[in-house]
Amino acid sequence: METTLVENLPEVTALGVIIKAIIILAVISALAGFGTYIERKVLAFMQRRLGPMHVGPFGLLQIAADGIKLFTKEDIVPQNANKLIFKIAPAITAATAFIALSSVPVFPDFTIPEMVFGVTIPLVGGVFVPSIASDINIGILFVLGMMAAGLYGPLLAGMSQANKWGIIGSARTAVQFLSYEVVTGLSILAPIMIVGSLSFVDFNNAQAGGIGSWLIWQQPVAFVLFLIAGFAETNRTPFDLLEHEAEVVSGYATEYSGMRWGMFFIGEYANMITVAIIASIVFLGGYDSSYELGWLMIILKISFFFFLMLWVRAAWPHVRPDQLMWLCWKVLMPIAVINIVVTGIVIMV
Amino acid sequence: MSLEQFKNRTVGTQVYKTLDLGETPKSGMDRFKQVVKRTFSLELFVGLWVTIREMGNALFGGNMHTVKYPFEKLPISPRYRAIHDMLRLLESGHYRCIGCGLCEKICISNCISMDTRYDENQRKEVSEYTINFGRCIFCGYCAEVCPELAIVHGGRYENASEQRAGFSIFEDMLTPIDKLNLQQEYDGFGAVTPNADENIKKTPLAY
Repeated sequence: METTLVENLPEVTALGVIIKAIIILAVISALAGFGTYIERKVLAFMQRRLGPMHVGPFGLLQIAADGIKLFTKEDIVPQNANKLIFKIAPAITAATAFIALSSVPVFPDFTIPEMVFGVTIPLVGGVFVPSIASDINIGILFVLGMMAAGLYGPLLAGMSQANKWGIIGSARTAVQFLSYEVVTGLSILAPIMIVGSLSFVDFNNAQAGGIGSWLIWQQPVAFVLFLIAGFAETNRTPFDLLEHEAEVVSGYATEYSGMRWGMFFIGEYANMITVAIIASIVFLGGYDSSYELGWLMIILKISFFFFLMLWVRAAWPHVRPDQLMWLCWKVLMPIAVINIVVTGIVIMV
Repeated sequence: MSLEQFKNRTVGTQVYKTLDLGETPKSGMDRFKQVVKRTFSLELFVGLWVTIREMGNALFGGNMHTVKYPFEKLPISPRYRAIHDMLRLLESGHYRCIGCGLCEKICISNCISMDTRYDENQRKEVSEYTINFGRCIFCGYCAEVCPELAIVHGGRYENASEQRAGFSIFEDMLTPIDKLNLQQEYDGFGAVTPNADENIKKTPLAY
């Protein structure tokens, strides 16, 4: 891979990055709220129910109702909790989820026009907004590291709240974190070896030759492993040990209510979107910059992965912590290592 | 829904299937083989297929299971014992109640109270009749004991109220005279059984 810069694009200014950050924050937060609606609807349909129906057309305004409820609920901090950490923990989850999104391509590049309908746009007119807020050349490492750091949220939340379910939840966080993070790293190592870069743009360019050049055909095992690890990373159903209601009430989120709980939720949904973006770019070819609407392709792929997460939640039971550890350490990690070795031999030969 | 379905006490056909779970693996090698077999037979995708099939059926096959309750209601059994109805004679339109007072006597929660008098034709006439639905336990004895099938249980089961005591008077429960043609015969508790005609025997007069 020679260079990640496309020559004829305008310069990325600080203002453009700030605008991009605001766009990511606004859009992904809104999508996280919308994601809850989609999740409730899809789960309902799969169980032959209707889901939310009464607030707005087809229950669409349920998001607004939920938002108002979350914002106006009483903010409760338990008496024996470590109050500082209790208040910081949700912010860690939400913040790391959005920081991780800063180095993945979310929307296509665009330039804000100088004039709209003859009216000059002050300040932001003519600013180039990049598709990645910060196109660092170790994008994948950064994203995985940020998502791993996000696990401090549940861990600290569970330990600070003086609640036994919270403690169990955070203990499970540690167990899950140690188990799947190894698999995530090892599974994505093989595609990195093939492409020879850690930048998402390079990954995208390496698969620019259509469906046949997608890395999923060269690395099907790594794709499956990464998908499994991604489900664990986002606490989705087969591995939702952290807050499984039937076992540990609500796990690390037991004592949380209102917007503090809502931040955990937004973080979880932002993480789902991040994992979907990584899987789409690394394995399924990402966006296609050769034609105008190529970025729609990545939206479709991300939507598919998001739907898959809801679909799996409707279909499969969740596993016990010991089963998760068995799966990660005794099955997935050896397969990932073998996959890397085989990939390395193939590359050398 | 007809009464015959509810008189059938042997519900279901009692055909149980035993799951073929195979043998529990004993050695480590057997366990390994089981894991490999389950992984590559793609059993997990059967579950995914079932849920997506149900989603398709629900959305496009009209198989949605939800009843939008206040707007839609499920049919209830004819044996259901809800708020009482007072029936009329179909021919004359006169109420069936003969003022015998059996329902008042048998009511185990003392919620029925009635008063009768003789009218100008020297027939019993109901002058007062109230049921306190705050006390009524909907046992159905009144409907069973009624010799005229006059007091029966209707289908109005939405009887939440603001106060504990809620009274209904005779006229509230009586079939409106203009809706007489819509009056349904009660199939439930104390009603004539479907095979009542077969059980009728001639009274032996020649002793």
